[in-house]
Amino acid sequence: MPYDAILSETVTISGHNGDNLEAYLSRPLDATLRGGVVLIHHIPGYDRQTKEMARRFATEGYIALVPNLYHREAPGQSPDDAAATARNLGGVPDERLVGDVKGAADYIKNLSNSNQKVGVIGHCSGGRQTFLAACSLPLQAAVDCYGAFVVKSPPEGAPFTFTSLIHLTPQLSCPLLGLFGKEDSFPSPEEIEELDAELTRLGKEHEFHSYEGAGHAFFAADRPSYRPEAAVDGWGKIFTFFAKHLS
Amino acid sequence: MCTYRTEIIETKGSGKGTLAWTTVDEATVYFDHPVHAPFAHSINIDFRNTALTNGERIALELEPKSALKMAQTILQLLKDTPIEITELDNVIA
Repeated sequence: MPYDAILSETVTISGHNGDNLEAYLSRPLDATLRGGVVLIHHIPGYDRQTKEMARRFATEGYIALVPNLYHREAPGQSPDDAAATARNLGGVPDERLVGDVKGAADYIKNLSNSNQKVGVIGHCSGGRQTFLAACSLPLQAAVDCYGAFVVKSPPEGAPFTFTSLIHLTPQLSCPLLGLFGKEDSFPSPEEIEELDAELTRLGKEHEFHSYEGAGHAFFAADRPSYRPEAAVDGWGKIFTFFAKHLS
Repeated sequence: MCTYRTEIIETKGSGKGTLAWTTVDEATVYFDHPVHAPFAHSINIDFRNTALTNGERIALELEPKSALKMAQTILQLLKDTPIEITELDNVIA
């Protein structure tokens, strides 16, 4: 019987500008060399659901690390309060996000059982930030789950500093898996088509799947947006993709 | 979908949080996914005392029809109350 154990714990990593950040690490406990996954939490924050995903990646054989992107503004606050504080302050600056993901990737690579391959995944706002990280850092795989504002900028008047990322597409450093809902408006099917075409034009390796009957946040198992068929199929595609690129 | 639409307004008033009453001098109002309410989207309001840095807020997540009814009720109350008391004119309910 194979040894079957994971360890999940809060650790401190060095993020953008060397800032100390809280992060959630989940990893298999054997000595086998493993690929790593930086899991970017969604706008609702560094929450229970995101930590559950990290543990799932660990049970599938990956070193998973979730940096708390709101740690600076809201140390010690509950995830929902921290998310509200961060929203009130305009969200996470793009430059800082890239630095924090780099810090998380470096932390993984410094672990004794890292195989030096690191992927990134995020949902919702984390999907956009996944694309941003994959265009800004040398990574081995990226999974964008319904990230909005990759192709289009936020609506007029929204007090957020970020813009679209389509101009960064030539810098995409790794294969990209995109999982989307056909009934989503942010991002819309038209935006996905545009991104797909741009990636194809630039010869960037990518694989997009858009699910019928699914809108935004179809992976969120405790929300009304959950769509089990899309979510189960999507999880399968994520693990197939990471097995190919992070092994 | 995540609308990201957020409005921040100054307020003068008080609210009661988990421990005690506090001044609320700012409200963040947004239409987006709720954390707790069992709907895909809601009107969310976070009342805050900006002098506090511990993230404490008085939070509401209202289903859109409830939020509309709340807004209409507030407007109606302000319209029906004499201007000498509200010091507001031209309230449209």
